[in-house]
Amino acid sequence: MAKILTIKDIEKCVGCALCMYACSRKSAKNPYIGYDHSGILAISLSGFERGATIIVCRACLEPPCSQVCPTNALVPRKGGGVVYKEKLCIGCNNCIEACTIGAIFKRQDGKVALCIHCGYCVDFCPHDVLEYKEV
Amino acid sequence: MYDFNLKRILHIDLANYSYFVEERDMGEWIGGTGIATRLLSENMKKDVDPLSEGNVIVFAVGPFTPAYPFASKTVAMFKSPLTGNLGESHAGGRSATAIANAGYDAIVIKGASSKPIYVVIENEKVHFRDARVLWGIEDSLITGRIIAEREIGRGLRTIMRIGGAGEKLIRFAGVMTETYRHFGRTGLGAVFGSKKLKALVVIGRGTKKPSDAKGYREVYSKIFEIATTSDAMKKYYLIGTPVNIAPLNELRALPTRNLESAYFEKAEEISGEKFAEFNLARRIACNHCPTACIHIAALRIPYEDEPYFHKTIMISYDYELIYSLGSMLGVGDRDSLLKLMHRVELYGMDAMSTGVCLAWATEALKKGLISKNDTLIPLEFGNAEAYVKAIDNLYLQPNEFYKTLAQGVEMAARKYGGEEFALAFGGNEMPGYHTGHGGYIGYLIGLRHSHLDNAGYSIDQKAKEELTPEELVDKLVEEESWRQILSSLVVCFFARGVYTPEIVVEAFKPLGIEMSEDELKETGRKIYSEKLKLKKELGFDLSKIRIPKRIFEVETFKGKLDRKYIENALKYYEQRYYEIV
Ligand code: SF4
Ligand code: SF4
Repeated sequence: MAKILTIKDIEKCVGCALCMYACSRKSAKNPYIGYDHSGILAISLSGFERGATIIVCRACLEPPCSQVCPTNALVPRKGGGVVYKEKLCIGCNNCIEACTIGAIFKRQDGKVALCIHCGYCVDFCPHDVLEYKEV
Repeated sequence: MYDFNLKRILHIDLANYSYFVEERDMGEWIGGTGIATRLLSENMKKDVDPLSEGNVIVFAVGPFTPAYPFASKTVAMFKSPLTGNLGESHAGGRSATAIANAGYDAIVIKGASSKPIYVVIENEKVHFRDARVLWGIEDSLITGRIIAEREIGRGLRTIMRIGGAGEKLIRFAGVMTETYRHFGRTGLGAVFGSKKLKALVVIGRGTKKPSDAKGYREVYSKIFEIATTSDAMKKYYLIGTPVNIAPLNELRALPTRNLESAYFEKAEEISGEKFAEFNLARRIACNHCPTACIHIAALRIPYEDEPYFHKTIMISYDYELIYSLGSMLGVGDRDSLLKLMHRVELYGMDAMSTGVCLAWATEALKKGLISKNDTLIPLEFGNAEAYVKAIDNLYLQPNEFYKTLAQGVEMAARKYGGEEFALAFGGNEMPGYHTGHGGYIGYLIGLRHSHLDNAGYSIDQKAKEELTPEELVDKLVEEESWRQILSSLVVCFFARGVYTPEIVVEAFKPLGIEMSEDELKETGRKIYSEKLKLKKELGFDLSKIRIPKRIFEVETFKGKLDRKYIENALKYYEQRYYEIV
């Protein structure tokens, strides 16, 4: 069964951004320090004391991001969302525009960062905000 | 690739709105406190007036930012307008990770703007923004919100700003960051104010690669494991730092009513347990911290003139605020105490300094050294409403008295008398630990005059037998030297149980840094000496340090303090450490 990343309880988010750092480290061969390669973003409601929003891919079954990608770098994934073929990405940023919830981020090198539903971040959220579940 | 030795330093000159980036080898100073000490020493004339344009502000982060959890503090160094010599304070929030992600190890700010501005650092670019419209907004929270609306980088930026206290050059004004973290101590806010710098925004999306991919992920996971499953962080995340209120009060170590006593009969009401039970609304974290020690209370306040209309304000509380605005002022109900904390947060004042200043003023009024013409309001221990107005007056400075008090308790007592009960050490108002010789000697010789410099209060509580003054001083300096490593790595002091020398060495490796535990400790001593040297060059004179008589009058849990003991300790410190740098 395919799995996707979802938000279990947003009210428990403390804004620590550990999920963002985990996302940057997700590749065992090529982990990054920092959050430029993060496909998840924790923002506050004018201060985390008022609550948080986690911006992350919703795993669309008909992903608009993939529909606008001219090079097929974003291919619909089983269970929802997309597979990102980084090598093919030319950095046109069409997908960034197309994602209704703004869950695709521009990296410094021009390519994009987005959630690939690997679930690596879930174990690093200290407060059980995130969930990796079967669909 | 990760280059530990090469540091990237952003220099900003506010006098002509220019900037440049310097890259140089500073690996021997690690980062944070280590490099900040060097950079301040190089870039500032030593005899400068702290509130003149010649003062320089250095912000520095460390090699673990943002590679590992807890390396979330930014070290700020400058000449302190409060103590007149070395100023240093540390703040978390998103400040450190934003600076590191923007690609810098340090930021050096010099000069002063002629008109109010705020500065935005966006990776390689620096923008100077007109802040004339923002100047005069006394509420630091509102200032933060306005800038947050105007600038990009949600979730990736820090917004350091001053409130009214900084603008009014209150010598103990702080600089606030997001998530209620502060550069609180020794007056950075006034230095911002004197430079007409309302805020500093840093936005970054940088990235780095470890030299050993596998090792990096492994060490990261190990640190994360220790942090979240061991007891190392427990006291900070459950009840938080206020967990200490009840035991310290039981121990007769909680300064009360300007240290007229070290036992507060209403301590239970303002204990960490009570706050957690009745007021705790949420917990939040600094960036890259799994612990989330920041405890936020919600205070629901009805409008008296309008039925069914309430406001709910969120207030961050910690041990030091409960002590300084609570027991120290005799305020023993939580709602009033929260209102005081909110007031101090809003103006952007250091809570400890504010509380100690008002406690001194209350006693001075009682003793007739000053009159109601000076205080304008009848200050009286336990009267929180009067203190709210007094805090307003510290900001408004309607008369000579408040103008003086805004310069700190040292200055106020020099002018009006009552030095015996003016509770500052080295010019810095005291933290909340009347634990014994270790605590006080720690404040006196600590390079920031902070309890966190060398944790003397903890030595007092742990020592089974009474140490000799020499043993005590050695222990304090050893601890302070090790803490130079933590603050050069900018690891939060609360995570000192996680970052043992062994773990630090291990965490260095995947970043390509080889250093043994011994080398690490030696570097700590070197940074300590360098900092002490700078402190002396900036005008610190150990022989002039004042010990308020009050501390000898109130019993500690080991009995009364012995002046001779403290003098011997200082003499030993002078010969063994102070004179030789
Ligand atoms: S990135 Fe956005 S558009 Fe693409 S699948 Fe996820 S939510 Fe849908
Ligand atoms: S790791 Fe969890 S608590 Fe921290 S920001 Fe991400 S979702 Fe929120």
